[in-house]
Amino acid sequence: MTETTVVPWAEGLGDGAGHASLVASSDMVTDAVRWPMTGPAPVIEVRDLSVHYGAKQAIDRISLDFGRNRITAIIGPSGCGKTTLLRALNRMNELIPGARTTGQVLYEAQDIYARDVDPVAVRRRIGMVFQKPNPFPKSIYDNVAYGARINGHEGKLDELVERSLRRAALWDETKDKLRDSGLALSGGQQQRLCIARAIAIDPQVILMDEPCSALDPIATLKIEELMRELAVDYTIVIVTHNMQQASRVSDMTAFLLAGEERIGRLVEYGPTVDIFTNPRDTRTEDYVSGRFG
Amino acid sequence: MTVRPGGLRPLTRTRTGDLAERAIVLALRGCALVSILTTVGLVAILLVEALDFFGRVSIVDFLTQAKWTPLFSSKEFGIVVLISATLLTTLIAMLVALPVGLLAAIYLSEYAPERQRRILKPAIEVLAGIPTVVYGYFALQFVTGVLLKGLLGDAISTFNGLSAGLVMGVMIIPLVASLSEDALYAVPQSLRAGSYALGATRFETSLRVVVPAALSGIVAAFVLAVGRAVGETMIVAIAAGQSPRLGLDPFVPIETMTSYIVQVALGDTPVGSIEFLTIFAVGATLFAMTLLLNLFSAWFTRRYREAYQ
Repeated sequence: MTETTVVPWAEGLGDGAGHASLVASSDMVTDAVRWPMTGPAPVIEVRDLSVHYGAKQAIDRISLDFGRNRITAIIGPSGCGKTTLLRALNRMNELIPGARTTGQVLYEAQDIYARDVDPVAVRRRIGMVFQKPNPFPKSIYDNVAYGARINGHEGKLDELVERSLRRAALWDETKDKLRDSGLALSGGQQQRLCIARAIAIDPQVILMDEPCSALDPIATLKIEELMRELAVDYTIVIVTHNMQQASRVSDMTAFLLAGEERIGRLVEYGPTVDIFTNPRDTRTEDYVSGRFG
Repeated sequence: MTVRPGGLRPLTRTRTGDLAERAIVLALRGCALVSILTTVGLVAILLVEALDFFGRVSIVDFLTQAKWTPLFSSKEFGIVVLISATLLTTLIAMLVALPVGLLAAIYLSEYAPERQRRILKPAIEVLAGIPTVVYGYFALQFVTGVLLKGLLGDAISTFNGLSAGLVMGVMIIPLVASLSEDALYAVPQSLRAGSYALGATRFETSLRVVVPAALSGIVAAFVLAVGRAVGETMIVAIAAGQSPRLGLDPFVPIETMTSYIVQVALGDTPVGSIEFLTIFAVGATLFAMTLLLNLFSAWFTRRYREAYQ
């Protein structure tokens, strides 16, 4: 990877100055759950979000903000509602029969759960990459062009496909076989194809649901590098089981935990360095240090 | 001390045990062989009798003559006459069954709530159980007698290919709907989620992701439907007439390959006569057509089946 690709990450985490400003603001917060973003207004603000599946409540009154061009990691043990929270951000939950959402998700200050909002339009702005790579059984080219085609893309498809594949660091491997099936690629390549497919419709936010859990370590590293590059243009929210991944890749981390009654709640939210090195909540400390989960 | 069930049985094999095991295998193998032997027997008889026929009538005449008159004194054996009638009724039936069946399948798989699907799908499959003779009289009495006569008057004959084809199409809808629905329903949910996440509507997802992903299964259903229409006998025998006529006019009486076989089989044609042998020649032709369809289907399914992780 080139030098420039690492810069945005360095600014978010390692660079002293950028970090300092985040820490300084942390002193002003009394509520550990809400993290006021420095800089531009957050892209997504979640307010008192609860999701039920039938009679079973999955997450309870979660509130947090997702900063513009930040990578936010959602961590927590299995069954804590990470994926539910993520899927609530672009109304993917409602594809599950019996799912019910209360509270607000403000995207650019507009509640995406308002009555007059079209979930299809929401998902064009807030894209998603899934746990298991799920390329369509179409050619590599058609996979990337799919979103553009259904959205009535005006420009040249060839250029869009090339640009998206380049952006997803997949162009060199696929440029000579764009007509081959997307299913013929390796797992890591398939996942990058899904990322290319997602960015081809130029969303503002990309949600990633454990995007590396089905991949080997080398493919995982590639996706992580890619995420750092993409954060220049996109806001990324990633659910991950892998705490090393969260600490490597994210600017902000939200820790969710479900108690005895299996309802997920937000325990702590803050800059990733703080969550991993200086957590406020003992449960966070126990989790990130591997004492449970 | 714990009791081990069977722990004290000797380890030697017993004669009765071995025999029973062997008997079971033989019985199972016998059942499997019945269907294979039946098919082999059928094909053998068909071929032997058809070869006898082609010993007396030139295969060139069979394929090139434009009249089918084996039951008259001036005999001609142009199979194309019967094939044209079969193609006509099959075509009309497919124009009804394929689109309606596929759209019904899309509705059931992609739109209907789970509870509705659980009721509708078996209901559709019950439709497939109606005896075809009922469909045949429905075509003759209602579709021709009431609908088409009412609409077109004397422009349409009492026996015609249109009515038989339409009703045959309706009869085949459940087959297409049920098999296509199986194929659509088997498409992994993750593909639909991937499509929705790209801002696709339900309709775009169904048509551009789910249907293409299920294509091999849908084509298999279509081919089966064509085979069913080609081989369908009762409806065409009752409603399409028994007048061998070359052409694709849907308003006039025609005679399909299957109707012809029924006509001869029901008559008093002496065994071994040339008239009797024609039904094996026609039967062999029918068999060849459905065999080709099935081979195509098998090839297509293998070629386009998607392997998901």
